[in-house]
Amino acid sequence: MAYENKKSKSLFDAKIMRRASVDALAKLNPKTMMKNPVMFVVEVGCVLTSVLLVTDQLRHRGHFGFDLQITLWLWFTVLFANFAEAMAEGRGKAQADALRKAKSETTAYVVTKNGVEERPSSQLRADDVVKVVAGQMIPGDGEIIGGVASVDESAITGESAPVIREAGGDRSAVTGGTRVLSDEITIRITSNPGETFLDRMISLVEGAERQKTPNEIALNILLAGLTIIFLLAVVTLQPFAVYSGAPQTVFVLISLLVCLIPTTIGGLLSAIGIAGMDRLVQHNVLATSGRAVEAAGDVNTLLLDKTGTITIGNRQASEFVPAPGVSNDQLADAAQLSSLPDETPEGRSIVVLAKERYHLRGRELGQLNAQFVPFSATTRMSGLDMDGRSIRKGAVDAIARYLQEQGSDLPAEVRASVEAIARSGGTPLVVAENGQALGVIHLKDVVKGGMKERFEQLRSMGIRTVMITGDNPLTAAAIAREAGVDDFLAEAKPKDKMDLIRREQAEGKLVAMTGDGTNDAPALAQADVGVAMNSGTQAAKEAGNMVDLDSNPTKLIEIVAIGKQLLMTRGALTTFSISNDVAKYFAIIPAMFAGVFPVLNTLNVMRLHSPESAILSAVIFNALIIVALIPLALRGVSYKPMSAAALLQKNLLVYGLGGIIVPFIGIKLIDLAITAAHLA
Amino acid sequence: MTSYGWIQIFLFFLAVLALARPMGTYLTRVFERRVTFLDRLLNPIERVLYRVTGVNPAEEMRWSEYLLSMLVFSAATALLTYVLERMQAFLPWNPQKLAGVAPDLAWNTAISFTTNTNWQSYVPESTMSYLTQMLGLATHNFWSAAVGLALAIAFIRGIARREMQTLGNFWVDMTRGILWVLLPISAIFAIVLVSQGVVQNLRPYDSVKLVEAQKVSTTGADGKTTTSDVTTQTIAQGPIASQEAIKMLGTNGGGFLNANSAHPFENPTPFTNFLQMLSIFLIPAGLTVTLGQMVGSPKHGWAVFAAMSVLFAVGLITCYAAEAHGNPLLRGVDQQVSATQAGGNMEGKEVRFGIADSALFATVTTDASCGAVNSMHDSFTPLGGLVPLVNILLGEIIFGGVGAGMYGMLIFVVLAVFIAGLMVGRTPEYLGKKIEAYDVQMAMLYLLIFPLVILGFAAVTVLAPSFGLSSLTNHGPHGLSEILYAYASTTGNNGSAFAGLNANTHWYNTTLGLAMFIGRFLMLIPMLALAGNLAAKKTVPATSGTFPVTTPLFTTLLTGVIVIVGALTFFPVLALGPVLEHLLMAAGQSFK
Repeated sequence: MAYENKKSKSLFDAKIMRRASVDALAKLNPKTMMKNPVMFVVEVGCVLTSVLLVTDQLRHRGHFGFDLQITLWLWFTVLFANFAEAMAEGRGKAQADALRKAKSETTAYVVTKNGVEERPSSQLRADDVVKVVAGQMIPGDGEIIGGVASVDESAITGESAPVIREAGGDRSAVTGGTRVLSDEITIRITSNPGETFLDRMISLVEGAERQKTPNEIALNILLAGLTIIFLLAVVTLQPFAVYSGAPQTVFVLISLLVCLIPTTIGGLLSAIGIAGMDRLVQHNVLATSGRAVEAAGDVNTLLLDKTGTITIGNRQASEFVPAPGVSNDQLADAAQLSSLPDETPEGRSIVVLAKERYHLRGRELGQLNAQFVPFSATTRMSGLDMDGRSIRKGAVDAIARYLQEQGSDLPAEVRASVEAIARSGGTPLVVAENGQALGVIHLKDVVKGGMKERFEQLRSMGIRTVMITGDNPLTAAAIAREAGVDDFLAEAKPKDKMDLIRREQAEGKLVAMTGDGTNDAPALAQADVGVAMNSGTQAAKEAGNMVDLDSNPTKLIEIVAIGKQLLMTRGALTTFSISNDVAKYFAIIPAMFAGVFPVLNTLNVMRLHSPESAILSAVIFNALIIVALIPLALRGVSYKPMSAAALLQKNLLVYGLGGIIVPFIGIKLIDLAITAAHLA
Repeated sequence: MTSYGWIQIFLFFLAVLALARPMGTYLTRVFERRVTFLDRLLNPIERVLYRVTGVNPAEEMRWSEYLLSMLVFSAATALLTYVLERMQAFLPWNPQKLAGVAPDLAWNTAISFTTNTNWQSYVPESTMSYLTQMLGLATHNFWSAAVGLALAIAFIRGIARREMQTLGNFWVDMTRGILWVLLPISAIFAIVLVSQGVVQNLRPYDSVKLVEAQKVSTTGADGKTTTSDVTTQTIAQGPIASQEAIKMLGTNGGGFLNANSAHPFENPTPFTNFLQMLSIFLIPAGLTVTLGQMVGSPKHGWAVFAAMSVLFAVGLITCYAAEAHGNPLLRGVDQQVSATQAGGNMEGKEVRFGIADSALFATVTTDASCGAVNSMHDSFTPLGGLVPLVNILLGEIIFGGVGAGMYGMLIFVVLAVFIAGLMVGRTPEYLGKKIEAYDVQMAMLYLLIFPLVILGFAAVTVLAPSFGLSSLTNHGPHGLSEILYAYASTTGNNGSAFAGLNANTHWYNTTLGLAMFIGRFLMLIPMLALAGNLAAKKTVPATSGTFPVTTPLFTTLLTGVIVIVGALTFFPVLALGPVLEHLLMAAGQSFK
């Protein structure tokens, strides 16, 4: 699963980088820095060395060239971290700008008792009723209460193909800022100014209301704790150094401190979080909180609606099973004829099957002089009468009753094939002509391609998939088997869904689901990750904690992957950051004391040129590694679904062992470079 | 290094490995109140004890109640010992007519034994009466070990339980720990020790005539040197075997005699030496199995055992190699192994134990928070001495003290799971329990207190020539090691001394006492709070997406986190202490 999206801006857009550079400076404000304890300590160190640099100059002390370089690189460390965060925010800001354009003021035609009244869209309140005609912008979020229209929602979804929105049902919600392309609709406004979907979306992508997620808080505590421990180690080192007759300068001590505290993850932590949200937005999914994204990574159970998610929307005819004494052609002919007027996808698929398998060309109804018998709730059959032929097709019990009325019976063989089809998960339709059963049409649910593999991947990640369907248990079981889901809920009513979620949660599991209808709302609210379809009702959208603008239920699987990738990126960089300390110790400790105790150069395993170059190299590496890892923080670590054990092994090798080795090489290279440039 | 040495080491580890499962299984049965073969004998005693003390064994305690009970018990027993020490002159079983112990020393000792540290600022045979040793100190050996055991069990319950507010009953856990575990094993062990020559009597000290009179010159406080002829030697006696057994089994380490396990009356033969080392690791190693059994994942217990074993092996090999290599400064001295000598650095070591058993004992006693010694750690080579020091600085979690090692290790487990757990793309989970902000906070607090106390006190001490450095007999890096070792040993509740440091001063008695106190009691608060919080959590069923805590990979991870987070904090000071001393020694430089 690759998460490069064509629509997304390139990671290092020049405009975003320019803006981020300015923002990085603005973020030096101590008030902002306080929120990040690790980088705040670095900033305090920077201020300390800067002041000392000046006072040392005035008193003609110190080692100006070295001290200046250390001070500059310490400032760069802070700036690089700020830049990372600003970069992550930059993409969201660019997106918010685009959305703001869509929010431009329009005129709303409000229907009141006294007729239609013009009002600026910004003054619309909930429960106002407005009329929108073709070519106009929809002035606010609302529910269609009359009419049907095609709507261009590209301002929000980026998808240029228009969608149909109509009153009643699950496609009645419209969003302010989208444009009506045809027809006319009446809308009841559902949100007050400033609370519209577009407003929420802007503040979300901009990260204005970003709050730290539970995992981020826990990680921050770990980082703050480690910072205190290393602060302690460095502060107490000076007395030990004094005892040993090798006191250190403040510049060296602060260098050691900054190198030891986890600046790499500390500097990139918030960028990772923002970028995770941003990746969701690139996938056209809006999450109401970072917490929801994190929860997506933790999901244990996925509830997937069968229709649209696991199977392509509709059943399709796959086979004709003739009754004894009836030829295939005869059955196919009757089946096709009876389906000619049937405009449902199932009906069309019967015509197509007959054409493809038995080369019966579709005939035009008009030429046949036939009388169409439409489906009705009482007969539960459809068909046609022509030239003395009376063809009917329908569910087995309906046809059996029809045959009985005609004085004949359903042959046992037909009954047997009906049962066989039902057992296999298909839907049998019996075709009868002039009181005689001709055979059975096998309507089949078609599982989307590649689903089985995806469920297999989910299983390897420890995620259980449960298929939700209104089908009877027999049919459901067969489709579940074919699709490879772990479990299914048949004949599911909204309450059953709710119960299932509660049951899973009681076991400590986290549940994710998608939904669009109003009756899905309670379950969406109960689920840990509830993804509402943008085409769905307002109630559903408000109940869930994510909205999929593309209204694609399969995307739940991607959402889970994005959540996991977010958590993994944090873990990987934390491990990397902590592992880095080993090399930094070996660079700095010998450099600090080799002046007084030359034997300690034995610990200088990297054979760094001089104490100054060693310390400077470590500090530079520490600053540059933040920049080097910005792309990884923004893009997220590469991720393929596999078991936790395999993931741990892979990541521990790359980020744990790599984190130990890389700085040895990096510091050595920097040392060679600055020695060559005579900087130390 | 000799093959004979390696065989002993191998046999020792084999015995630890072989005993871990039976010991652990037995502990599980005892603390889960299941049937054991001692029930018929001990159940009536247990019932009577509860009836007399008014304990309701069915009552369950929240973590705060558990903590409070433990503190009340510790305070009461510490007070009892203090009073006993002060009053010993008026009490029986004092054949040497020893005076009451001075207030500061009595307090220091009471705290020291209550905290399972057993740091001894005194010479026992000339300070403590038999009654004080038996009723005050030996009982503390049982109590403090039982308290540690109870705390570890409470922590394990925290992991094992689901959506519960309680961790068990402190009084029940402690009582069962003493009755079912410590008393029976100590009794048998004491008899075995007696069979090997450890003394057990209440006689006055023997006075024997020296074969050859000795001239001893001493320099008094006024600077005058007086020389005297010494013709007799006093040989201390006492109820040693009964105290020796629990001293080792309970990882207490406070010797009945000043020379501790180097003294032939405490540790007469290589066989008793072997048993003493084994008894240090017996319960801590068993607890790894208990952990696995109680949390329902035996493999997890073994994974923790494996991490401990790896760290044990690395320390031991370093120590053994360093000691066997000898002292390069002693040029022209034969330090080779031969049929007639042990070779290597034999300074401060007993000839009957030699290099391998001394290095092994030093490693074992500091891996666990025992602190008994059969050789003088101060006389080890710098690298040889680095090993006990690092073992303590890691938090004594390599098998560790009875109970204390287990919960210390579990804090590292929680931390390792949290650091790497995110890498599997889920909120970190330890055996199905999500590790969240509060848990990380408590774990970090636990980890923070330890270096804070050690480095803080040591830093102040090295800056103070008057009260800090004046106690040093060695200067340079070795002096730094001695100061660091003293604070590490007390904070870690180990109690072994690097020696070379006169700790019987106002500054050291106060700060070392404080270090012992904080090292035991203050660190318990976040530990039990974490356990309580874990117990209340839901458990997510394990799947292939669950963080694996049973694999060799986990063992590697855990070891890595312990080394990087635990040891790196102390790397700078170690570089100026033992590491520098080693490099200088190799370069031919020594310090006075």
